[in-house]
Amino acid sequence: MFRPAIRRLFGIVALAGIGMPPAALAVDAAAIAHAGNGRGAAPCMACHGADGAGQAAADNPRLAGLDAAYLRKQLDDFASGTRSNPVMQPMATALSEDERHAMATYYSQLPLAMKPATALPAPDSAGAVLATRGDWSRGVPGCVQCHGPGGSGVGANFPPLAGQPASYIEAQLKAWQEGTRHNDPLQLMQHLSAALSAQDIESVAAWFAAQPVPVAETAP
Amino acid sequence: MKYVLAAFAFACGLTACTQKPAPAPAPATAAPVPKAVAAAPAPTTFSPPAESAIPAGPLGDVIRQGRDIFTDTPTHAKAYVGNGLSCSNCHLDAGRQANSAPLWGAYGVYPQYRKKNGKVNTFGERLQGCFRFSMNGKAPPLDSAEMVALETYAWWMATGAPVGKKLPGAGYPKAGFKPPQPPDYARGETVFRNNCALCHGDDGLGRQVAGRNVFPPLWGPQSFNWGAGMHQLDNAAAFIKANMPFSRGNTLSDQDAWDVAMYMDAHERPQDPRFDGSVGETRRKYHDTPMSLYGTEVQGHLLGSPTGMH
Repeated sequence: MFRPAIRRLFGIVALAGIGMPPAALAVDAAAIAHAGNGRGAAPCMACHGADGAGQAAADNPRLAGLDAAYLRKQLDDFASGTRSNPVMQPMATALSEDERHAMATYYSQLPLAMKPATALPAPDSAGAVLATRGDWSRGVPGCVQCHGPGGSGVGANFPPLAGQPASYIEAQLKAWQEGTRHNDPLQLMQHLSAALSAQDIESVAAWFAAQPVPVAETAP
Repeated sequence: MKYVLAAFAFACGLTACTQKPAPAPAPATAAPVPKAVAAAPAPTTFSPPAESAIPAGPLGDVIRQGRDIFTDTPTHAKAYVGNGLSCSNCHLDAGRQANSAPLWGAYGVYPQYRKKNGKVNTFGERLQGCFRFSMNGKAPPLDSAEMVALETYAWWMATGAPVGKKLPGAGYPKAGFKPPQPPDYARGETVFRNNCALCHGDDGLGRQVAGRNVFPPLWGPQSFNWGAGMHQLDNAAAFIKANMPFSRGNTLSDQDAWDVAMYMDAHERPQDPRFDGSVGETRRKYHDTPMSLYGTEVQGHLLGSPTGMH
């Protein structure tokens, strides 16, 4: 009677010690999203929207429903300077590592509001062709060949493009192209963006921004 | 394993690894990275008509149907596909890409005698082989709508190409492509982890979204079977060298391409449909080449053994 109770107590203490570090327990991701962390990190929703869907007018990306490992890497990269951005670097630095990881989990689990397709460009438009088939004569694969049908996103390395503001997609493609963003695996994005014209970037960003969320199961 | 490597070194010293050497001139070697490609004029390969040039009307409709089957085979030729792969997984850019066994390079060189089945094959019969082995499915009848559409698409893509002539960029660039050292499983595993797992997964089983492959499985029950051309090391190495990592072709060293081809082809996959109950006999009849690891032991496992894949 006595010994099992001790053992159980011991087990609980050990579990708490290993599985849940006290700092992680203390992070209230929803509170940080709404009010900041009080140590320099502003409320995420001020720029990324109350529902995490982003703000097209300010190039601010959608976060809701993105892969947790992807978000975590981006926040860690902002904090370490591997990904540069004048707004996000100070924010990520002001978050502790536990807070960054908690925010990544929080936004990955936030459901993105359904969005109907808006004025979808024609399947043979320049943006649609580039998005779905690419231009292999320039070494450019179709975006959806890695980012998934309709830009749904695939795992931790190929984030969704559907539901991202066109302005954000354009800004990132230009950043890959200019080398100001360079945290891509195998340099895939730096490499292919080099072959894109400004017109290509604009038309392909418009195609993804017009996709419905969630993407249609039959999306190309 | 030792047997295979020894046999490999031996055979490569004698002939082009028992594969009929491709008579083509050196392929557009070391195609530089796309930036340079964009800048380089005078392509040395055949240029198929632009997709926007597919005509309107009933003929164009069948060409488009063929293209759709080619790029999303499980959806458009469901009855004949056993594994969820699409033709375009190994024939990039919807069958247009040079050095990725483009359709325009294949159409004009059939009918052709093939050692694989010991007879003259029409282009349609060659396509049937793709379904039976690479798609691990069953051959569509030659007069089926699917086969007519695929043949029509290939015929259209070869518009203006000579008949009976192997074009530069046809097939995979195997001619003269040899490994500096015999391919090695352990080195291949390292190449795989560093360059391939990002898309194909640590387990090599690809990535699926809503039940569709985004990145195809390289082995396992949903990949090509032991009868497919890609299970041969020379085919896989040449394809990988020219086309992988996806959009970054010609960036791996020759050795890396051979090593990772061996790593891929040393994994278990669906049985050869010609299997007659004995791995040894099936190897003797259909895989008697150092380019095939079927029926050999790698990492303590006899490849092709009926209980090999779970």
